[in-house]
Amino acid sequence: MRDDLVLSAGDRPDVKQPASGGDGPLLRFFLILITWFFLSIIVLLPLGVVFAEAFARGSSVFLSSLVSRDTLYALGLTLTVTAFVVPANMIFGLSAAWALTKFDFPGKPILLTLIDLPFAVSPVVAGYVLVLVFGPSGWLGPVLSELGVKVLFSTPGIVLATIFVTFPMIARPLIALMESQGCEDEETALSLGAGGLRTFLTVTLPNVRWALLYGGLLCTARSFGEFGAVSVVSGHIRGLTNTMPLHVEALYNDNKVAAAFAVASLLASLAVITLIFKFVLERRLPDGVQGPERLR
Amino acid sequence: MNLQASPSLRSAGRPRRSMPGFGLSLGYSTVYLSFVVLLPMAALAASAARLDFEGWIKVLSDDRVISALKLSFGSALFAACVNLVFGPVCAYALVHFRFPGRRALDALVDIPFALPTAVAGIALASLYAPSGPMGKAILELFGVQVGYTPLGVTLALIFVGLPFAVRTLQPVLRDLDGEAELAAALLGADRPRIWRRVIIPSLAPAMVTAFALSFARGAGEYGSVIFIAGNFPRLSEIAPLLIIIRLEENNYAGASAIAVVMLLVSLSCLVLINLFQALIRRRLGYA
Repeated sequence: MRDDLVLSAGDRPDVKQPASGGDGPLLRFFLILITWFFLSIIVLLPLGVVFAEAFARGSSVFLSSLVSRDTLYALGLTLTVTAFVVPANMIFGLSAAWALTKFDFPGKPILLTLIDLPFAVSPVVAGYVLVLVFGPSGWLGPVLSELGVKVLFSTPGIVLATIFVTFPMIARPLIALMESQGCEDEETALSLGAGGLRTFLTVTLPNVRWALLYGGLLCTARSFGEFGAVSVVSGHIRGLTNTMPLHVEALYNDNKVAAAFAVASLLASLAVITLIFKFVLERRLPDGVQGPERLR
Repeated sequence: MNLQASPSLRSAGRPRRSMPGFGLSLGYSTVYLSFVVLLPMAALAASAARLDFEGWIKVLSDDRVISALKLSFGSALFAACVNLVFGPVCAYALVHFRFPGRRALDALVDIPFALPTAVAGIALASLYAPSGPMGKAILELFGVQVGYTPLGVTLALIFVGLPFAVRTLQPVLRDLDGEAELAAALLGADRPRIWRRVIIPSLAPAMVTAFALSFARGAGEYGSVIFIAGNFPRLSEIAPLLIIIRLEENNYAGASAIAVVMLLVSLSCLVLINLFQALIRRRLGYA
């Protein structure tokens, strides 16, 4: 039923170039030159230097920094954190999108604003507010430490900080897509006698699968790379609370530049792979659903 | 299917209480948001409320705090301005022209968004440090030091804000699709006039959004900046770093005050663009 949406997304205007023959060849050449120059200096150069520096001391240094104990630990911790963050945000995203797009209720704008809030908050502030809640003199810190639960300077704190900065990345595309799809499919299923859960699993979930995957991809990428918020709550304990980006920082500050760039190149490769998948997924989504950098 | 163009969906078929799961989905979302967002934000408000008026004055009149806030907001403002010039140029060229490397450049625009900030940070630092290849060249050619100065901070924030500037404008430029331009040309307008009266006005709302997003993101940025900034107090120390320093000194009041100021500025920024967009939408008649 929704295939028309998907198809119309497939031939997005990327493919058919608008005829803009209006600009003179000189202006055209000039604008293209500026674009090449600006993007090369600002984006291509830093990306290139990551890989150049990673292999600057030869591939043996590169490999030994990747398989060092601290790096492997950081990788494991980052994977663990991501494994908690992404499913939690997916469940929240589906739930929030269902509530916001299938019903009308007072306070809807408040809920939407709360979902947008993390985009306005500096990652450092995001980490800091968690310290205020879970720190030794915070609201929940003393209670939890008496129960033997350690949040700050350990994995739960890192998970919470990452959730704070990433949850809109899954919720927003889902809300946008479900808003555009309306309720007709679900109403049909319900009137044919399907239960609520069955309708959700067999109608809604397949309808939004690409948006869910898209948000999950962006959320995974950010979970791997989140630095500011995690930096505040982790306490920088090497081999214990250092995630991959914190490990890069630690190596760089220790003047182990080649090792820092070796780990950084791994993260940069993941970023490039993420972008390729993002590009593929965006062709399956209607306009207006993609990009957390875009406001509604 | 453009969401902005289909607000009729919003009002059509609405009281929908026949759908199941209202209590469960709204309840779960509210609890999740309360725990993840509201509780920490309330803790910040409570912590800031402990400061009386004089306390605020004392924290915010510290010249180290003032220069950190000035640096973060000033360089974010400057970077947003640079992106406001180059963002539209890049977006226009990427949408309207076919040229070698167009697809690759288009993909590159997303890199600052996807690349972990710490990775971007060390890359920029090693390029633009006085001993780095770019830093050295610029120092010798122009006598200007980039790394470990406010200029370096601004450069990092240009990098960070770029995707916001380009990606906000691209869909608007695609929707222009030459028809209005063609109509203007047929009515006898020359090219500069078409730029002035057709292309730039239709870009203006998106440009405001691009500017605000780029600014709000830049002001709070931490990872890409701290390596290239050098972090000299009163010279190149950004506000988010000062929050961390105050926290490490156990000075919660000082940290909260800076955090609240930063939060208020970015929030009002986002509220303003939302209002502005609503206004534009109403004036264009598809509210």
